[in-house]
Amino acid sequence: MILTHINYFADLINYFSNTLGWGFGGKILGYVIIALIYMTFFSVAGLLLVYLERRVAAFFQLRLGPNRVGPWGLLQTIADALKLLTKELFGTDRKDNLLYHSAYYIVIIASLMALSAIPFSKGLVAFDVNIGVFFISAISSVGVLSILLGGWGSNNKYSMIGGMRSGLQMISYELSSGLAILTIVLMAGTLSMTGIVEQQRDMIFLLKGHIPALIAFIIFVIAGTAESNRTPFDLPEGEAELGAGYHTEYSGMGFAWFFLAEFINMFIISAVGVTLFFGGWLAPFGITDGLGPEWAWGLFWFFLKVFLMIFLLMWFRWTFPRLRIDQLLTLEWKYLLPIGLLNIIIMAVFVYFGLIL
Amino acid sequence: MSYIGDIIGGIKTLLNGMKVTGAYFFPNIINRKYVITRQYPDEPAIVFERFKGEVVMWHNENNEHRCTGCQACEIACPNGSIEIIWDRVLNPETGKKVKQIDQHIYHLGMCTMCNLCIQACPTNAIMWSTNFHNSTYDRSQLTKVLNRPGSKLMAGVEE
Repeated sequence: MILTHINYFADLINYFSNTLGWGFGGKILGYVIIALIYMTFFSVAGLLLVYLERRVAAFFQLRLGPNRVGPWGLLQTIADALKLLTKELFGTDRKDNLLYHSAYYIVIIASLMALSAIPFSKGLVAFDVNIGVFFISAISSVGVLSILLGGWGSNNKYSMIGGMRSGLQMISYELSSGLAILTIVLMAGTLSMTGIVEQQRDMIFLLKGHIPALIAFIIFVIAGTAESNRTPFDLPEGEAELGAGYHTEYSGMGFAWFFLAEFINMFIISAVGVTLFFGGWLAPFGITDGLGPEWAWGLFWFFLKVFLMIFLLMWFRWTFPRLRIDQLLTLEWKYLLPIGLLNIIIMAVFVYFGLIL
Repeated sequence: MSYIGDIIGGIKTLLNGMKVTGAYFFPNIINRKYVITRQYPDEPAIVFERFKGEVVMWHNENNEHRCTGCQACEIACPNGSIEIIWDRVLNPETGKKVKQIDQHIYHLGMCTMCNLCIQACPTNAIMWSTNFHNSTYDRSQLTKVLNRPGSKLMAGVEE
């Protein structure tokens, strides 16, 4: 598939390298600027999500949450991050230094790479590849590696159990989320994220694919919650049993990167869910088409939809109790996976006979 | 079929749980009157009547207390938080020497709020205060003299 979409990031690189005539240096400059934009987004969105999580949790529990630092406590997480920056980094004796320290780089790299393939708005996607969905699910599996390395490298049995549980859980649930994504890909006929969004101009896929799409959405939300290691699937952390699981032995920024990446993973899951099922940055029923620049409205709708999806995940977190490990695996292998496989067949039949709307 | 029944039942209970938490969240985000948090330095703290903050000695408006200096509290105290400095003073009416306290010294820093001194007091001279602002910058300030300067025994307590 030839990609002929507008891409503002590609335009930026083109401007530096061709219009200004800086050649290869201009290209590098463009890449660096884009990387800086994404890194800024990573940290700002991560901190905002931590704030949001604490605030929403407080509202669920009839508390107030952080409300002292800055207006409505908005600067609370920035203060926390500054505190963590000034803390000493120390680990256990005889830790595996290479694995221990590479773990948090890998988790950031995996999150940033997955972010790069998400279309934030019309033309606002850094890595507009024609296998975007596949790329994101492949990269989010790399995140497992960092957790396993962190658990293994810490030289702590609790960390290792946490890391192993996490590996088990994420690899299991990767299957279900992959099947849910495939169901939508079957309907869209493309793996490109921008292509999937463009196909939902007339109707979002959740409505277009009615029954199989709804089942796929439910499976995707459950598997996504499990993949981002959030309650009710937070066995890898398991405060009561394991201390804090794989990041027990990390301090200061080492811990903060894991923490931020966890929230960014939640953002990525929500963004992928929104792109696949709710039409990404497209306005619902095209209500804002022709009112001002499309990319600005796209950003607004994208972040609104992602916020609602994240809120759903937070609602899950503060409602459901944690699963036991056997319940976790029963849910995946006996329920989600067979249903997912059946669902993909149903979707194939629907697509073949033209039963989708 | 119980397989599908399990799934439907599971989803139903999950939605039921979300309904319960949602019923907390949404009223709370619209109207803050449901919030149970009290922002203490800004709002007054709610202290229960029976809260054991520190031991105080009751004085009436004529600067009279009810402590006869019997030292029952000092004996009852398991960790020596109470020391009473006393003397025998001649009562001019009866011509007898009577015990009178000079200083009822209370070491708040050593007190475990065990309530034994207050149970031991035969004249109900000491009691609990609900004051909990007890932190100081210097530990010597935790040693308090409970009887006010110039106070004397209330008439009729000793009978």
